[in-house]
Amino acid sequence: MFPEQLHYNVAPFIDRFVKWLVSAWGPFFDGLSNLVLQMLLHIEHFLKWLPWWAWILIVTLLAWRLTHNWLKTILPGVLIFTIGMFGLWEVAMETLGIVIIAVLISLVVGIPVGIAMSSSERVNAVITPILDAMQTMPSLVYLIPALMLFGLGKVPGVFATVIYALPPVVRLTNLGIRQVSREVQEAALVFGASRWQMMKEVRFPLAMPTIMAGINQTTMLALSMVVIASMIGAGGLGEEVLKATNRVAVGKGFEAGWAIVVLAIVIDRISQAAAKSWEPPQN
Amino acid sequence: MTDANCSDTLVEINGLWKVFTDRPVDFDLQYEDAMENLEDNGAVVAVRDVSFQVKRGEVFVIMGLSGSGKSTLIRCISRLVEPTQGEIIVKGQNVLEMDEQQLLEFRRYETAMVFQHYGLLPHRNVIENVAFGLKLRGVSERERNERARTAIARVGLEGWENHYPSQLSGGMRQRVGIARALVQETDLLLMDEPFSGLDPLIRREMQDTLIRLQKEVNKTIVFVTHDLGEAIRLGDRMAVMRQGQFVQQGTPEEIMNNPADEYVERFVADERALLSGKGRQPVYFPSKSRLTKKAKSTSPSAPLAAAGAEVK
Repeated sequence: MFPEQLHYNVAPFIDRFVKWLVSAWGPFFDGLSNLVLQMLLHIEHFLKWLPWWAWILIVTLLAWRLTHNWLKTILPGVLIFTIGMFGLWEVAMETLGIVIIAVLISLVVGIPVGIAMSSSERVNAVITPILDAMQTMPSLVYLIPALMLFGLGKVPGVFATVIYALPPVVRLTNLGIRQVSREVQEAALVFGASRWQMMKEVRFPLAMPTIMAGINQTTMLALSMVVIASMIGAGGLGEEVLKATNRVAVGKGFEAGWAIVVLAIVIDRISQAAAKSWEPPQN
Repeated sequence: MTDANCSDTLVEINGLWKVFTDRPVDFDLQYEDAMENLEDNGAVVAVRDVSFQVKRGEVFVIMGLSGSGKSTLIRCISRLVEPTQGEIIVKGQNVLEMDEQQLLEFRRYETAMVFQHYGLLPHRNVIENVAFGLKLRGVSERERNERARTAIARVGLEGWENHYPSQLSGGMRQRVGIARALVQETDLLLMDEPFSGLDPLIRREMQDTLIRLQKEVNKTIVFVTHDLGEAIRLGDRMAVMRQGQFVQQGTPEEIMNNPADEYVERFVADERALLSGKGRQPVYFPSKSRLTKKAKSTSPSAPLAAAGAEVK
């Protein structure tokens, strides 16, 4: 066995660090927590306020606008209808609320970080391993610090979800901007584009299809993490799955699982179609 | 530099060097030894002590084969490529001494450029592409659309304003590129092999368009090409470039009649053969001889003169 003398643990230091964070930065985390909670409640309130048929109508219209294909238009509405049919409408809206806010936070943080990575090799070299770590770490691990900093409930659920869902949008923003053709950038430069104009007029719009793919990935990951986050009290569909698992209620578990899949399919299809509308026109 | 002719010299380049290297260059470029030493260490000397002047309203053609440094040279003028040493004076301003903001203004108001690969914005339509430079200057949308329309008409693209680059042919894309440069109304126009990517018929047509436009707008043009025929057709004066150096400078006639060395002689013999092969008039359509030349010259080792001799 490994010699006893060489045993050394970093766990106590990390514990102490998190404890220090909680005590020294307590007010900050409280404020942050409050802010996120308020935003979340507003979004949730709105989602639940909108009647179910209005939802189906909106989704159907959106699908028609984006796809112009009648099967792809009908399907999302029908799928959403089944969520209500199983009596899971309200919890599905809770899940959707957390996904929306987690994605919003991810974009606000992720897109600027991606832009910074694309314009500096040094930033790129620092951030890339962090993203790698975020993606390889088991998602349950994020629950612990989120729990310590924000306690039980929806807010730590949101933060754990953000950490898990952030990497794709950062990576794909970076990639998309790096892929912008050198020739187009050179032309913009010679006509006197400032750094800001280059980003706003050339690099960002041309990277947009790739960035949209990143947003789509981030949304999908957020949805899958929200289910796990229900273990620390985030509520929503994940909680239904958890309850069903604990009681070995296979049927209930299926219904809740189905609702999650439906949300995933609908969000995925709509955001992919939206991404396509950003691509420059071909012949 | 400060002689009486200064006022009608628009561009003046003195002792320009561009060395591509991964370490800072701090050497005295005057010494041949220093250069050789540098090249042994993996540096590439793209532009080697080049000097020339371009007068207002003149078309100055830089001709050279690929890898001769001509594209690097033209990019130095607007500092898309940062020169290693030398002097670039445009309208009396030293371009290399400009700070970031001055350079931005210089690029916006004093130069415009046309590229071989067009460099159009794929997500913007023709009119937005043409008006792009004006947008960067902060011109209002109404005014820039109006001016863009005039420029589009000038290059013969009316009715295509709302099409996207991907919907246009190569020749039409380059017309957009030219319109985008013209709309800037700058004195100096830089053209980097603008017609090289086009097939011979269209190339001819575009050359004629440029000659017509030049009569109308009378710009000062620095034009880069690998085609001596094009250089002779378009240039008021020209330079032959090889391995970063100007081998010869002069009017096309001077170069045709008195090639400075064997290298230039090979080009000239080839071009002469082309012209005499089909009588005195310029070749308007790709005749057999022209095709023969193109086919031969694609192989880098085939001496150009040999191809010309065959046609004779």
